[in-house]
Amino acid sequence: MEITSSNVRQWSRLGTRGLFGQAVLAIAPDHPDLIVMSADLGGSSGLERFRASFPDQFLNTGIAEQNMIGVAAGVAKEGYNVFVTSFSPFLSLRASEQIRMNLGYMEMNVKAIALGSGVSMGLLGNSHYGLEDVAVMRAIPNLTVVSPADCAEIVQAVKAAAAFEGPMYIRLTSEGINPPVYTEDYDFQIGKAVKVRDGGDLAIVACGSMVHHSLKAAELLAEQGIEAQVINMHTLKPLDEECLSDVLDTVSTLVTVEEHSIIGGLGSAVAEFLAPRRDQTRLLIIGLPDKFVKAGRYGYVLEQEGLVGTAISDKILGFLQS
Amino acid sequence: MSYPEIERMASFMRRKIADMSFSCGVSTHLGGGLSMVDIMAVLYGRILRYEPGNPRWEDRDRFILSKGHGVLGYYPALLAAGIISDEIFETFQADGSDLIAHPVMNLDLGIESSNGSLGHGLSMGVGIAYAAKKRGKAFNTYIFMGDGETNEGSVWEAVMLAPHLKLDNLTTVVDHNKMQSDGASKEVLEVTNMAERFASFGWYTLEVDGHDIDALVEAFEDSNSQGKPKAIVAHTVKGKGISFMENDNAWHHNRLTKTNYEAALEALGEPLPEEDAV
Repeated sequence: MEITSSNVRQWSRLGTRGLFGQAVLAIAPDHPDLIVMSADLGGSSGLERFRASFPDQFLNTGIAEQNMIGVAAGVAKEGYNVFVTSFSPFLSLRASEQIRMNLGYMEMNVKAIALGSGVSMGLLGNSHYGLEDVAVMRAIPNLTVVSPADCAEIVQAVKAAAAFEGPMYIRLTSEGINPPVYTEDYDFQIGKAVKVRDGGDLAIVACGSMVHHSLKAAELLAEQGIEAQVINMHTLKPLDEECLSDVLDTVSTLVTVEEHSIIGGLGSAVAEFLAPRRDQTRLLIIGLPDKFVKAGRYGYVLEQEGLVGTAISDKILGFLQS
Repeated sequence: MSYPEIERMASFMRRKIADMSFSCGVSTHLGGGLSMVDIMAVLYGRILRYEPGNPRWEDRDRFILSKGHGVLGYYPALLAAGIISDEIFETFQADGSDLIAHPVMNLDLGIESSNGSLGHGLSMGVGIAYAAKKRGKAFNTYIFMGDGETNEGSVWEAVMLAPHLKLDNLTTVVDHNKMQSDGASKEVLEVTNMAERFASFGWYTLEVDGHDIDALVEAFEDSNSQGKPKAIVAHTVKGKGISFMENDNAWHHNRLTKTNYEAALEALGEPLPEEDAV
């Protein structure tokens, strides 16, 4: 799956989950040891074609996420490359202790892919939202946590995950309604943040769907004469501290933006990085509030919670003036 | 191993349990360790295929102590089997040791999995057995569970999946001593029909006296499962072998004082002939 502007346009139409399924299908021939698992959400995870094309490499465990993680660990222990999939809270919260024991403590080579994280489940409501997943997954030792920015980066992340030895949690946000951040091939490495816009006044550090919205915000700020650089922190753990250090050589105001609770996510990770430093960096954390939000269509929830370009730029302006 | 040798191994293990529990100076899970001993002696003395000097042997049978607090019944079996050395064994419960109160995965010590949190082992066992079938491997996977452990819902998720996947290379043994941390199971969460439960989920289920070596061997060697995973519900006595601990839940997790250690040795009686040769 080559990253070209026409492919990217096509992928955006598939939606996040459809694209994820396509990406897994595309890597399968290069990974004969790949086993993809689902807890009865194969169709909803875009895996129909994979299941039809590689029936021997697809395992449905039934609606039992805790067991699925343990089974995945056993399969991985015998040398398979295992992807487990479900919706964010069912993996990261319902099965969090299984992830802790099997992926964290025993470091089994399992990639847990959380479909529809953040608020992208829209009208399905808070039961299906991934509000706290990064907070929990990030705190588990040995786990790598990744949050791709757009369609192209989902393709990159799936490829990189299949080649990566070790446990990983990947959260997919957005339902593909965002215009792409990337329209041509670029260097994607787990743990290496990417600067997607330059600017000398402040830096916005974003992940997942919020990279796009942060770019929008940066455009609006530029209209006010404020130049914001935008960093795509696609790997939340390990955090790319080298990149952040470089950023702080040029600016002293950081803003984090994430489709996740303001508790425990990207903002917290950046705050943990900043706390022991002896500089005067100011940090604004933008994310979902510490509450169960009123549900609606994806775009509606983002608007309501101020996670769109205009609201983000307004918050940043207010912060700069405060 | 012959049956008398297995009996010697079990006797050796019980004496080691008393020794290690006393020497470490802290509370240990004595009751549930002792209830396991005969089953573990049968497993490591006769059933499991392993190479003592080559614990990573690819075709070894996989064993997981899902009731992770049962290490007193586990480490002495690894010692008797020649998988771990006396030197390693002596480090039990020392600061920074590889052998602590719950197993920590260490293939070089024959420990397949980290446990301690209940309700995990069978899920991993299902995954291993499934992978073994895919790879065309002949080894078997054995999961050792506690009866109290079956209170965990995740156990039943795995119990459901194993027959669906036709994992006849998977055996679960349930140490059914009818007691758990807070007391008698009938007072905590009564389970009167353990074997029926497994059978009704589609397992080939056998019920045996968990202290009868002949019956245990027969159950493990029974090959009539016809495509189903096998559950062996082993009726046991918590604290078995040390009379004052038997069925007394004060010994679920307790410290062995010098007086009680001496009493335990006395209760165990004289070593069997050639027991030291184990």
